[in-house]
Amino acid sequence: MAGLELLSDQGYRVDGRRAGELRKIQARMGVFAQADGSAYIEQGNTKALAVVYGPHEIRGSRARALPDRALVNCQYSSATFSTGERKRRPHGDRKSCEMGLQLRQTFEAAILTQLHPRSQIDIYVQADGGTYAACVNAATLAVLDAGIPMRDFVCACSAGFVDGTALADLSHVEEAAGGPQLALALLPASGQIALLEMDARLHEDHLERVLEAAAQAARDVHTLLDRVVRQHVREASILLGD
Amino acid sequence: MAMEMRLPVARKPLSERLGRDTKKHLVVPGDTITTDTGFMRGHGTYMGEEKLIASVAGSVERVNKLICVKALKTRYIGEVGDIVVGRITEVQQKRWKVETNSRLDSVLLLSSMNLPGGELRRRSAEDELAMRGFLQEGDLISAEVQAVFSDGAVSLHTRSLKYGKDVDLSCPARTRHGFAPSSTHLLTYPEAHISQLGQGVLVQVSPSLVKRQKTHFHDLPCGASVILGNNGFIWIYPTPEHKEEEAGGFIANLEPVSLADREVISRLRNCIISLVTQRMMLYDTSILYCYEASLPHQIKDILKPEIMEEIVMETRQRLLEQEG
Repeated sequence: MAGLELLSDQGYRVDGRRAGELRKIQARMGVFAQADGSAYIEQGNTKALAVVYGPHEIRGSRARALPDRALVNCQYSSATFSTGERKRRPHGDRKSCEMGLQLRQTFEAAILTQLHPRSQIDIYVQADGGTYAACVNAATLAVLDAGIPMRDFVCACSAGFVDGTALADLSHVEEAAGGPQLALALLPASGQIALLEMDARLHEDHLERVLEAAAQAARDVHTLLDRVVRQHVREASILLGD
Repeated sequence: MAMEMRLPVARKPLSERLGRDTKKHLVVPGDTITTDTGFMRGHGTYMGEEKLIASVAGSVERVNKLICVKALKTRYIGEVGDIVVGRITEVQQKRWKVETNSRLDSVLLLSSMNLPGGELRRRSAEDELAMRGFLQEGDLISAEVQAVFSDGAVSLHTRSLKYGKDVDLSCPARTRHGFAPSSTHLLTYPEAHISQLGQGVLVQVSPSLVKRQKTHFHDLPCGASVILGNNGFIWIYPTPEHKEEEAGGFIANLEPVSLADREVISRLRNCIISLVTQRMMLYDTSILYCYEASLPHQIKDILKPEIMEEIVMETRQRLLEQEG
């Protein structure tokens, strides 16, 4: 669209947010009774649903079993109605595979896999207009819901760079505009980075600022998710009684 | 034909209505539990930079010098002497692999199983070849935990005559996960889908909701019996009129179950589901009280959220009165 400016002179973005503001996040844990752990998250218009099964015995080929760690298996799928044009995506296509691989790298860093040797943990994520950040946040909540031990939360956020300002938590319009986009997954308590991904061109001088904006946004996401989890645990604890 | 329509409506969370708060110390992963290094770390914690950090979301439990975090929901962790209900997933050379909702499949050794007829002898090669005749993939068994291996896998035995094979009414034969939720009160699987006429219903719940008790086999006065497996698998079956002493329970009783018994079993199953949804501990008294509280309602209405809350509130009330 001609004349659409991503960042106005007063510092407002297309949807009225400031540069470092997040979209509205709503999350729920324990949405499916059949799965070991499940969670649903809405970040603006992006919705992600994550389901976790495990740890359980390795199905399929026994040869894949690791003797000292658990195997983490992630699958990502995108709903047909999630983009402007209704398109059926086959399960094995490149984007799903790549996303699945990235999720797997992220969660292998966070889950304490040495505690469950020879077992398998399955994480299935389905996202609407799928961005990596929403998937990771949903999967974190689902893994927590399943009671699988993790080092810390994994909070993710995307960031971009427009007109010399770093923008946090990109919406679809901002992503489509084609500027550089960075996806960051962080373990907030220790500040360790689980995954950092960017596939665009960004000048080295700006990297520091964009990274900092993404990190701050991820910490904000952590505050929100933390609140959701504490509320859930408190409620379950009250119902169970002392 | 009458149709029922339900619209979504926001409901208050039940914990508010209970009006009480928890006194426990609740943590989420990444929280520091303590910086005192004098404590031993138990499950659900790990040591990072001189601090004890939680790795699951749950409540902190402290026993003298041991600190552990008990997660809200975990897979079953076996302990010697537990009663479990499991499903056979594989037939291997001298043992069966049993799925018991735990991190690894449990094993049932051929030597840990009673032979039909109750004979005591060394298992021969013919016994190995005949393994499939006793238990095949998809069969349900009740057993006791004999030992726990170092990686957490559990070894079972069915040495006492009260353990044995059950036939699952709610599961079409030879499928692995036989739990199919049904909100109608008649078990509607036609006989043609089941190769053996069945005798009970399996309900899968979280293991943390099954209370540890002295006995897990209960004959409820309403006319059905229930086995509360520690692993969260609950088996509901009609009370047999006479206890069969021989054959160790491996010959399944294949007579059709009467409608009255089926209704009792369906009602019990729905009651257990509603107790689990409201996070109440499952034991014979709570299940019985819930059953009695649900009698005024139709069986299929029990699963509706508002009726579920009402019934479970009444159950809670009765249990509190009984204790206090």
